[in-house]
Amino acid sequence: MKGLPPVLITAVVLVAGFALCALQFPNIASTRVVGNLLTDNAFLGIVATGMTFVIISGGIDLSVGSVIGFTTVFVALAIERWGVPPLVAFVAILALSAAFGAAMGAIIHVFDLPPFIVTLAGMFLARGASFLLSTESVPITAPVYASVSDFALRIPGGGRLTAIAIIMLAIVIGGVLLLRLTRFGANVYALGGGRATASLMGVAVGKMTVKIYMLSSLLAGIAGIVFSFYTSAGYSLSAVGVELDSIAAVVIGGTLLTGGQGSVIGTFLGVLIQGMIQTYINFDGTLSSWWTKIATGVLLFAFIALQQGLVALARPPAAKRAGAVS
Amino acid sequence: MTALLPRRGLAQILALVVILAVDRVVSPQFFDLRLQDGRLFGSLIDVLNRGTPVALLSLGMVLVIATRGIDLSVGAVMAICGAIAASLADSHGLPVVLAAALGAGLVCGLWNGFLVAVLGMQPIVATLILMVAGRGIAQLITEGRIVTFSSPDLVWLGNGAILGVPVPIAIALGMLILTGAVVRGSALGLLIEATGGNARASELAGVATRGMILAVYVWCGVCAALAGVIAAADIMGADANNAGLWLELDAILAVVIGGTSLFGGRFSLVLAVLGALIIQTMNTGILLSGYPPEFNLLVKAVVVLAVLLLQSPKLSDFAGIMARLRRTKP
Repeated sequence: MKGLPPVLITAVVLVAGFALCALQFPNIASTRVVGNLLTDNAFLGIVATGMTFVIISGGIDLSVGSVIGFTTVFVALAIERWGVPPLVAFVAILALSAAFGAAMGAIIHVFDLPPFIVTLAGMFLARGASFLLSTESVPITAPVYASVSDFALRIPGGGRLTAIAIIMLAIVIGGVLLLRLTRFGANVYALGGGRATASLMGVAVGKMTVKIYMLSSLLAGIAGIVFSFYTSAGYSLSAVGVELDSIAAVVIGGTLLTGGQGSVIGTFLGVLIQGMIQTYINFDGTLSSWWTKIATGVLLFAFIALQQGLVALARPPAAKRAGAVS
Repeated sequence: MTALLPRRGLAQILALVVILAVDRVVSPQFFDLRLQDGRLFGSLIDVLNRGTPVALLSLGMVLVIATRGIDLSVGAVMAICGAIAASLADSHGLPVVLAAALGAGLVCGLWNGFLVAVLGMQPIVATLILMVAGRGIAQLITEGRIVTFSSPDLVWLGNGAILGVPVPIAIALGMLILTGAVVRGSALGLLIEATGGNARASELAGVATRGMILAVYVWCGVCAALAGVIAAADIMGADANNAGLWLELDAILAVVIGGTSLFGGRFSLVLAVLGALIIQTMNTGILLSGYPPEFNLLVKAVVVLAVLLLQSPKLSDFAGIMARLRRTKP
């Protein structure tokens, strides 16, 4: 039952928001718009799934946006300049990003440093490395890209479920199963509940930390490949600020930022809410895109305040006063 | 604490000297200063001048971090206050412009402080809200345009000089002295450190921890506002998208380089500002050396990691064990 009430609230917000949008612009309620929404936010959904694991474990990963940027540049250069077959390039970049995440996890654990600052260094490193590779946008013309972009399942009502949307949905489902049904998932919750407790319970804290950040970076790498499919180009400045969008999606999805509670489904709904706001603004036409940021900020505040309230209610009265400050 | 200060600052001063020496090798004119139109020019002045926004941010940030907090919103607050200053500059006098911009910074700080101290949110989360929404608010103020102005008063703030010293440097120095006098001239600094060391114990001991936390976030907001005004005055305009972008990270980096622990409980204002100067000296050095500025990020990443590892409690445990082993050996 962990984290269920916040997820329900997220779902209600999504449905109510969608209904409001549909009242104003009846065209929004079409499979075409929903299909596009999934396609446009495919990379965000993937990266936010990884972020969910990190945040439930009590950590944070600020490097994901930079890893996406690095991946797009690396893939573009590998295919276009170095003549590497696309599949080999994908495998190489996924191995590289997994190793990158593992290294960050290892540093966090071995040196007992705050994840926030270690992944911040990782963010600088990955973004700097992608600048070094190329500061220009490199178009990708490989035939694989054209065929993946063209591929789509037709859904009733004129909508298209594109390949990258399918990849995202598959990863979200995989994430749900991994978190809910495996020992790994249980350990992630245990870590978020308290490192010392988890360690006493027999969780290999070090190994888990490495694996969790590895998973997050690996998913960021996949998100980068998806992003390169989406834009058919590699650009070192792509996906700047995506770490914030994904953290926002995770929080709106009802995951506790202090760790120990949360769900991948909630994160997915959080991604959809952000996408819905964007879609609404696009439909309206007169509102500017910065309203997205303000709306996201307001939602963030509302959900965090809600969490805070729920946590305070759950706390025994005696502990309430003493713990209020920390 | 004060007696320890020189020893604590030794690593930072050495680092600065080494980087300055490297800069001197890269660019032989690095230390040249000349006086022109009543204002000093030269690479060194350039470093100080460009380092001003981060130095100001780090002044506020170091106090926040000392309470075991963090303020991610300073870049966004810079953008908001720069936008306010730029849009008022041509229709109002300098006092009104400054009051409005600093007032906005104060309100932003109050909001962050309220979330952390009163609602009890985690600082990283609480300030994330303003970090995300703040840039949108700044865009709202500038209506999505880059607002330019020509008010000579505000331009003076970014490009003028007092007795040959560029105004931004004078402001940063003034703020350093003011902040230092307030927190170290009274028990305030100690109380802030106590709050960061153990908020619960401090509260039981009679420290008004909520007030302390609220105050440091407000001060951080005001410092960010000042940095935003100076940044806007420097380019004679406000760009809500790019003003202060990533500077929150630079400010945190400056504080960390300055030896202030992210776990709270102790801080040094002077070393934080020194940290900001180290970052800027590196940036300028990379620019002067002719390497692409993209190297900045890589170098910064390596520096953060190196400083973190040096600060890591695990590593000092390790060093302590080694030292003990060596002592017991003969």
